[in-house]
This record gives sequence, structure tokens and C-alpha cells, in this order.
Amino acid sequence: MNLDLDEQTLAFRDEARSWLAANIPAEPLKSFDTAEGFAQHREWEAKLTDARWSVVSWPREFGGRDASLLEWVLFEEEYYAAGAPLRVNQNGIFMLAPTLFSHGTEEQQRRILPKMARSEEVWAQAWSEPEAGSDIAALRSTATRCDGGWRVSGQKTWSSRATFADRAFGLFRSDPESARHKGLTYLMVDLRSEGVTVRPIPQLDGEPGFAEIFLDDVFVPDEDVIGTPGEGWRVAMTTANNERGLSLRSPGRFLAAADRLVSLWHDADRPAHTADRVADAWIGARAYQLYTLGTVTRLADGAELGPESSVNKLFWSHLDVALHETALDVLGPDAELRGRWSDGWLFSLAGPIYGGTDQIQRSIVAERLLGLPKGAR
Amino acid sequence: MRFALSGEQEQFSRSLHDLLSSLDTDTANRSWAAGDHGPGLKIWRRLAELGVTALAVPERYDGLGATPVDLAVGFERLGYHCVPGPWTDTVAVLPSLLDDELLTSVASGETLASVAYAPHVPYALDSDVADARLAVGNGRLRAFTPGTLLSSVDSSRRLFPPVTGDDLGTALDADRAFELGCLATAAQLLGAGRWLLDTSVAYAAQRKQYGREIGGYQAVKHLLADVATGLALAEPLVHGAAVTLDRRDISAAKVACGDAAHLAARTGLQVHGAIGYTAEHALGLRLTRVRALVGAWGTPRFHRERVLS
Ligand SMILES: Cc1cc2nc3c(=O)[nH]c(=O)nc-3n(C[C@H](O)[C@H](O)[C@H](O)COP(=O)(O)OP(=O)(O)OC[C@H]3O[C@@H](n4cnc5c(N)ncnc54)[C@H](O)[C@@H]3O)c2cc1C
Repeated sequence: MNLDLDEQTLAFRDEARSWLAANIPAEPLKSFDTAEGFAQHREWEAKLTDARWSVVSWPREFGGRDASLLEWVLFEEEYYAAGAPLRVNQNGIFMLAPTLFSHGTEEQQRRILPKMARSEEVWAQAWSEPEAGSDIAALRSTATRCDGGWRVSGQKTWSSRATFADRAFGLFRSDPESARHKGLTYLMVDLRSEGVTVRPIPQLDGEPGFAEIFLDDVFVPDEDVIGTPGEGWRVAMTTANNERGLSLRSPGRFLAAADRLVSLWHDADRPAHTADRVADAWIGARAYQLYTLGTVTRLADGAELGPESSVNKLFWSHLDVALHETALDVLGPDAELRGRWSDGWLFSLAGPIYGGTDQIQRSIVAERLLGLPKGAR
Repeated sequence: MRFALSGEQEQFSRSLHDLLSSLDTDTANRSWAAGDHGPGLKIWRRLAELGVTALAVPERYDGLGATPVDLAVGFERLGYHCVPGPWTDTVAVLPSLLDDELLTSVASGETLASVAYAPHVPYALDSDVADARLAVGNGRLRAFTPGTLLSSVDSSRRLFPPVTGDDLGTALDADRAFELGCLATAAQLLGAGRWLLDTSVAYAAQRKQYGREIGGYQAVKHLLADVATGLALAEPLVHGAAVTLDRRDISAAKVACGDAAHLAARTGLQVHGAIGYTAEHALGLRLTRVRALVGAWGTPRFHRERVLS
């Protein structure tokens, strides 16, 4: 057991560190939940892509560096430690891309991935529906066979970034006789198509961070089906494990925030009433970092991510909320002022809800990892 | 970077587990609490045969010169099975305090040690059965004689206030000894927590109320899922601390293992209901052990301060 980095990995990390130090925007970008901020983020992503830092773990032909999982984790640490902007296309890069690598055709990979890498096409995840939140298998939006593709109708909701995004991926019921997990098809929909209406929904901070998507007989060509029609559920599980597992939330984000919190606490003359919680935030971030390095080692040994990604999700969603609430308590009366910490706090509050709520994750851990009897879910 | 136990370490853990599962550690704990060290010492010798007592002893004194990771692996299993006796003092701490022939008999399992380490270990454990009694302070070692037995919340931890005597010279590496004491304690907490989780899951899967297993009720499931999450994230801190031996990492491990084990204990008791509150049930042995170890080798307060400094 060791934590030593070999020369090649160290060189990779140093290169990332110096590039980031030299290139991170001097002024923080506006929120990508605003039109102006969204455009700024696209520019930043193009810059990242030109230097091949957008998707380091992808194959070179799609704009990546063929970096190992470990290198990716280290890159993420450097990225967030340097204070670089959040990734506007994270749904595409961290959820759809792994799904395409596992289930997409070569043609789809070639057509979609390079544009995704530079955020020329920003992706939204269109899973949730008004009647299907935790219980995604209850979804009702339909896909009906037609010449050369599918006609899609229905309503999706809470779709992050859909307000300004170009395309969306989601599940549709393609067999009207089917129920629950059967007869679903995984489709990619162009949000500029005829029949699509996107209605932005303001979030707690007032910005339209997510949106409703109304689909009225929208045409989706066959080339935009991922996997076999009718077997979308299996494909969707790849996306879900990536969302809960380490790819969407690498430890770098929490470590950087925990280090900032410790500094904040020292600068605030070490308020005693928050000391324990500040320490716990750092301990949690370090635990998550080491836990991830364990996962990286297991995956390198050939293991696959399974229900333990729910342990991840539970852990980081709690850590993120606790860390930010602690920061606000350290700030005292200034905590209510809008700024990095209060914005981070608002953002953290969604963690225990999106990507499967804490309650759903706990049931998965209890049943699939601990082997407790299955209950109503 | 390879952050996983080696095949040998996994094997060592399994051997320890198999041996300890075949021995009656619960009874040994109860005898030990009553001052009858016989059954506990028998276990001590069986574990010595597996090399546990030789782990940190250098090879020149017939030890294994094992790494702190090996030590952590061993102590996790000692904690799981709630083995009584001054294991931390003898196996984790003592070899860093001395460069002395005495270590040969530690390695072979003949010598037990009891160490006081002011201010974090004010009462020495099991000084009545230990042959080597050392008080560490300001980098120096002193012999001590045990005062009157104090009762611990965990009755199988027999504590004695040290009455210090002769100066024995400079400690070899008092700081390292302390860090290893903390690490071993964290690992035992992790192990105890795991036992509490395993036992509670097994109980919840078979105990029926209102016509079904209580583990089928979501309220119970979710409590246990939180315990599993806490323990899953405490483990890498123990291993990480054993690799780096960095003070901050060691303190992080001690705090996280204490919290995770404490949650496992409280949840375990709740899931068991009244049976868990009885002295007959083994749950109580771990519950009180966890409470004692949370404050041993540095309180959570002390360790959190180190994390922040
Ligand atoms: C900021 C944000 C961004 C989002 N982004 C996206 C996105 O990009 N794309 C997308 O498709 N969706 C997105 N979502 C939606 C998210 O995935 C859903 O909110 C989530 O799955 C929960 O569904 P729901 O909101 O309908 O709540 P419900 O499912 O109605 O749940 C309400 C409450 O009931 C509990 N509950 C429900 N069922 C059970 C059960 N079986 N056992 C125990 N408790 C249960 C839940 O835990 C929760 O506490 C986003 C949500 C948020 C907040």
C-alpha cells in the first residue's frame, strides 16, 4: 500500500498545475445559470479544450490525453485547488460520455464527443418528470416509431442547464404496453428541434439553473438512440452510477473547499464554537480523497463500480452541506451576504436531492450492500 | 500509487479473524474484568504464534519489523473481536520507546507492557498483569508502580494511576510511539464499529416484529446505511495515516473512527432493543469499549485541534 506518485504522474500533475496557474480567468466567471455567464463558460471550455485539459481521461482522438483514472483525480484536485470555474458541461462530460463509451456506437462517439469536449454542444439530463422523480421507472414520456426514427412526446422537468443547453439525453417509453423498467429507450434530443419548448425555472438563488422541457411530437433520428431500443434502463444505470460515483464529484472540489474553510477559520480568529465542525469538514474531505484513491486502485485492478457509488453520494452530499453551513457560521453576521460561501451553500443544499435522494441512496446501501430485506420502494 | 491492502495483508487479517472467531473472546473479556487473566493470556499466546506481538519489533530482536499498515490491519481485527489486554501499549507503542533485549520477549508474547503517556494516557492499562511498566513524559522514560485499580466504563479495561519511580533514560522515539498508539486505537475503533454493524445487520435480518423482519423497515435500514457509510469512509483514513504517519492524518483517523464506531454502537443498541442492553449480550462489550477508546490516546477535542493546527 502506498500513495507515491510515479514520475510520469508527477509530471502530468505539474504540467496541469502550471497551465492552470497561468490560464485561470483573473475575474471569476458569472454564474453559468445566466445567459452571459453561460457564454463565458463556453469560452473557458474552448480554451481548456485547445490545451487538451477539458477531458483528460478520454482517448486522444476525442480531444483527451488518455490519462489514467488516477491522473484524472489529480487533475481535478489541481483544477479546484486553483479556483478554476465549475464545468458547464458536466452532465455531458461526466454522465453522457461514460454512457457513450460503454453503449454508444463509434459513429455516435465520433459525432458527439469532440463537440461535447469543447462545449460547442452543452448537454442537459432529461430524466425527471412531474410524476417520476425518485421513481424514474414511472416515467410517461413516449417515443413512437416512425420513418427513420422516433416521435417523442411528454414532459421532462428539473433539467439542469436546460435553459441554455443545446441537447438533452433521457429515457422514453417506447413500448406503450410495457411497465416500469421495461420498454424504455435512451434517446438524445436536440433542444432546438421543432416541437420542443423549454421553460426556465428559477432556483433558490433566483437564476434559471434548471428547466421544464415540453416535447410535442419531436422527431429524433435513429442515429440518436443509445443502445438497443427498449433496453434503455440498462444503459441508464451506467449514467446513474457515474452520477453517484466519483466521476461527477471528484474529491478535488471538497478538498479545495475544506482547505479554504480552514483558512477562513484561522482568518476569523478561530471562533471556538465552530472548531470541531471545521476540523470535521477537513477530515471528511481527506477521507473522501483517500476513499477515492482506494476506488481508483480497485478499478485499475478490474473491479466495476456498483452500489458502493451510493455510499459516495451519501457521503459527499452530507459533507458538502456541513462544510458550507460551517463556513456560514464562521462568517457570523456577514454570512447572509451573497458571495462565494453563501452561493456554495445554496448549491450544496441540492446535493441530497439530485442524482437520487439521500433516502433512495440509503435504501440502496442497506439492501444491495448490507443485504437487508427488500422493502417497498 | 496503490492504495489497497496487499494479498499478504488481506491474508493476515483473515487468519486473525479465523483464529479469533474460534476462541471465546467474550468470556475472556468477562474473566479479565473480574481479575482472572487466564483466558485472556491464552488468547495472547495464540495471537503471538501468529506473529501479532512481533509486528513492530525490529528483526534484530526476533520481530517482524512490519509496517504501520500491517499494524493497523492487526489492530482492526483485535478491535473487531474485542480482545482484552494491553495490546496497544505492548505491540504498537513499546517498540518505538526502547532499543532493548526486552523486545525479544515482547515479540515472543511473554512480556506484556503497560504504558502511561501524560497527559493523553493518564491511567495505565492492565498494569497488574504487565511486566513492563513505563511512564513517558518529556521524551523520557520512567518506571512506575500501579496505584489502586480504577474502574472503567469498560470493565475489561483495568486502569491504574501510575506512581512514577526510577528514570530509565531517553525514550527512543516518544513521538512515534504516541502516533502509533493513536493509530492502533483508531484501528480498534474501526474494527469494533464493523462488528457492531455486522451484528446489527444480522439481527435486523432475522428479528421479526409486526409480521416481518425489522431490517425490512426503512427507518431501520437507513440507520444502518449511515453506519455503513461512516465506517466505509473511516477505513481509508486509517490506512492513509498508516502510510503517511502524518500527525494530521493520524488525528483525522482517530476522530473519524471514533465517530463512526460511536454511531455504530448507538445504532446497534437501538436496533437490538432491550436484548442489547443486557450484560449477557456481547453488544455491551463493544459499546463500552468504543466509549472508552474514543477518549483514549487523545480525546476527539485534542485530535481535532491537531487537524486544525
Ligand atoms: C438542483 C437540482 C438539479 C436537478 N437536475 C436534474 C437534471 O439535470 N435532470 C433530471 O432529470 N433531474 C434533475 N433533478 C431532479 C432530481 O433528480 C429529483 O429531484 C430527485 O430524483 C427526486 O425527485 P423528486 O424531486 O420528484 O422528489 P420525490 O421523489 O417526490 O421525493 C420527495 C421526498 O420523498 C422521499 N422519497 C421518495 N420515494 C421514497 C422512497 N421510496 N423511500 C424513501 N423516501 C422516498 C425523497 O427522498 C424525498 O425526500 C434535479 C434536482 C435538483 C434539486
